[in-house]
Amino acid sequence: MDTGSVAYVRTEDAPQYAPPSTKTGAVGWMRDNLFDSVANSILTIVGIAILALIVPPVINWLFIDAVYTGDSRDACVVEGAGACWAFVNAKFGQFMYGRYPFEERWRVDLTGILLIAGLVPAAIPQVPFKRETVLYLIVVFPIAGFVLLTGGNVDISAGFWVSYATLSGGLLAIVAAVCINAKLPLARPLIGVGLGVAAVALVFAIAAFDFGLVYVETQLWGGLLVTLVVAIVGIVASFPVGIVLALGRRSHLPAVRLISVIFIEFWRGVPLITVLFMSSVMLPLFLPDGVNFDKLLRALIGVALFASAYMAEVVRGGLQAISKGQYEAADAMGLSYSQGMRLIILPQALKLVIPGIVNTFIGLFKDTSLVLIIGLFDLLGIVTLNFSDANWASPNTPATGFIFAAFVFWIFCFGMSRYSMYMERRLHRGHAR
Amino acid sequence: MTPVSSATGEHAGDEAGTSWFYNPRVRGMIFQLLVVAALLGVVAFFAYNAKTNLERAGIASGLGFFSERAGFDISQTLVPYTNDSTYFRAFLVGLVNTLLVASIGILIATVIGFIVGVARLSKNFVIRQLAQLYVEILRNVPLLLQLLFWYKAVLSVLPSPRQSLEPVSGVFLNNRGLILPEVIGQPGSGLIGYAILSAIAGAYGIWRWARKRQLATGKQFPSLLVGIALIVLLPLLTFFVTGMPVDLSYAELKGFNFAGGTVVNPEFMALLLGLSLYTAAFIAEIVRAGILAVSHGQTEAAFSLGIRPRRTLQLVVIPQAMRVIIPPLTSQYLNLTKNSSLAVAIGYPDIVAVFAGTVLNQTGQAVEVIIITMLVYLTISLSTSAFMNWYNRRVALVER
Repeated sequence: MDTGSVAYVRTEDAPQYAPPSTKTGAVGWMRDNLFDSVANSILTIVGIAILALIVPPVINWLFIDAVYTGDSRDACVVEGAGACWAFVNAKFGQFMYGRYPFEERWRVDLTGILLIAGLVPAAIPQVPFKRETVLYLIVVFPIAGFVLLTGGNVDISAGFWVSYATLSGGLLAIVAAVCINAKLPLARPLIGVGLGVAAVALVFAIAAFDFGLVYVETQLWGGLLVTLVVAIVGIVASFPVGIVLALGRRSHLPAVRLISVIFIEFWRGVPLITVLFMSSVMLPLFLPDGVNFDKLLRALIGVALFASAYMAEVVRGGLQAISKGQYEAADAMGLSYSQGMRLIILPQALKLVIPGIVNTFIGLFKDTSLVLIIGLFDLLGIVTLNFSDANWASPNTPATGFIFAAFVFWIFCFGMSRYSMYMERRLHRGHAR
Repeated sequence: MTPVSSATGEHAGDEAGTSWFYNPRVRGMIFQLLVVAALLGVVAFFAYNAKTNLERAGIASGLGFFSERAGFDISQTLVPYTNDSTYFRAFLVGLVNTLLVASIGILIATVIGFIVGVARLSKNFVIRQLAQLYVEILRNVPLLLQLLFWYKAVLSVLPSPRQSLEPVSGVFLNNRGLILPEVIGQPGSGLIGYAILSAIAGAYGIWRWARKRQLATGKQFPSLLVGIALIVLLPLLTFFVTGMPVDLSYAELKGFNFAGGTVVNPEFMALLLGLSLYTAAFIAEIVRAGILAVSHGQTEAAFSLGIRPRRTLQLVVIPQAMRVIIPPLTSQYLNLTKNSSLAVAIGYPDIVAVFAGTVLNQTGQAVEVIIITMLVYLTISLSTSAFMNWYNRRVALVER
């Protein structure tokens, strides 16, 4: 080969570089995610050290050293014993139902089943008959639940029926007078008001009907039952009130807007504790002599007022998210205000705020634990109450009880927050189109 | 104006003119009158009942009770208070305690929240998962449960004073609380306080000046470093120049308990721990969402302009993220302040425990006491949201 004009020709291979460190498999993943720089490696080691410091003792305490069986404190005061699950085991019925009579607990279970039967089809977007399900949940279920849990058979005096009839008659007369004065057809408004009055009377009648169930006073309710009752009544009652307040806040009528703003900002500005104090201490003063609400009902009123202010803001968010064109279209179609809201705006707005409503419910569900401060025994209340049971007093009892309660709350809240995220993604997808 | 404006008399069937019923102005007026009348009716009904009920129970009304002798003790008082003081004093003590726990709680929650929030976005798998674990556990468990857990399951099972833990020499931890050495100022120690204040003022002045100069000439000045140096060094210098006029008085074990020293009550610690850890979980989520809200294009644009990563974070990402973070952050601060009312459950003497608890029980004047308590929280909330609205307008994006 003639190499005269070329200064250098490589005659052998250049030295090979080492193959690149692996980018796949466990080692490659660790190199990429855990040890790609000095700082990151230090963070990883610190993180693993924290885990190593916390996890083994916690697992030991929770499961390995834990006491699962036993019928008194003696089982749990052993040297080196961990969590006292025997305590939770022995008190489980109380934690769920409070002091609800043993032979009547099927009523609570049945109410729970009725609730789930409504909630599951309402929560799964693919199931049809949404309107009917929601109606069942906010009308039929509360009445059935009330009758089942308290036993119904409310003592409604004849005097009450007389005054109710008088009031209804008065209302009908006013509607008729207005219609005649305004030269409107009489039939439709009269039938509407009449049906409304009759529906309310029917609710009272069902409450007063004797189904043969034993009366269980609310003093005996407790545990998860009270937690769920307070949270669900709070959210169901706050839903219509919240919608009305949200519409009021966006109304063009200055007096209505002002009242709504003051109401919403007032309840949102004060802590729930003061609201509960108010409803338990101040409310009895505001009622006429002889009218007495029981403790649970007073707490429910406070919680519902509080929740409705938050609900109003959530709904308002939905109303604001609806484009102006929709409002104008409703007007252009000649729909009245209530028709436009009912048929055009609210169906869209309420669908948008489902995640917000679920988040409000999560907050409310956690906040129900506050009722223990005014002497009601919700799940947390009944757990703390049982710490003073001398039969179960051990150093590990409080921590075990708290962890059990925390776990129950956590399951509910975590589940609901995942659901809300799922709905959010779903709604978002619809919007992105 | 009103959506019903298009409604005309055609609904009235064969009537010739438009009925007043379909005039939106008249309808609006009548509706508002009805609402106001109903509201006044309810208020009047309640007021009448309250008046008769109070008269029957023989409870005085009015704020006269404020100047009466309280006659009970409070475990933590930052303003001078004995059981001979008036109810008004007790009210003040409670208010100061609320503000104390809220302000320290906000500080700690912000620090933890920002750290955890950034950690949730970390590239590091272990750190990211740890942060997520923290957020998901603390966010989904009621705060009251967490407070009771810290108070009853952690702090009450600490050893008794005689077997106190001593993590740092002179600092004791036992079931009566955390006992720190007491700082006793000798004459001249006031100067140190002035030194701190003037150092802060000086640092602010330097920052203003450096900013102005940079806008005018483009020259940069390390105002942050100089400021920190000033704030650290000037008080230290004063401390040594004035001859170290501060003494530490260590607590000593006497009998069954410690004497001397500054005692931090377990109630305060439990409340502070619970409030700040719980709120930090929410703040972490806000911080994460805020940083994610800054689109990646912003970072890429900064890089393509040749701005270094650290400066990009400082000048491009953080200012835009803050705009998203601040409004929900303030509402978390408000939540923390309102949640501090849970103190009543563990016996920390905040305004609800002292005023709406003990004072209410002693005087029986439920209406006045509850309304005043609510007004205190309302004032805090409304003034914070007023400040927030002002701030929001200031930092809001100016669009064309």
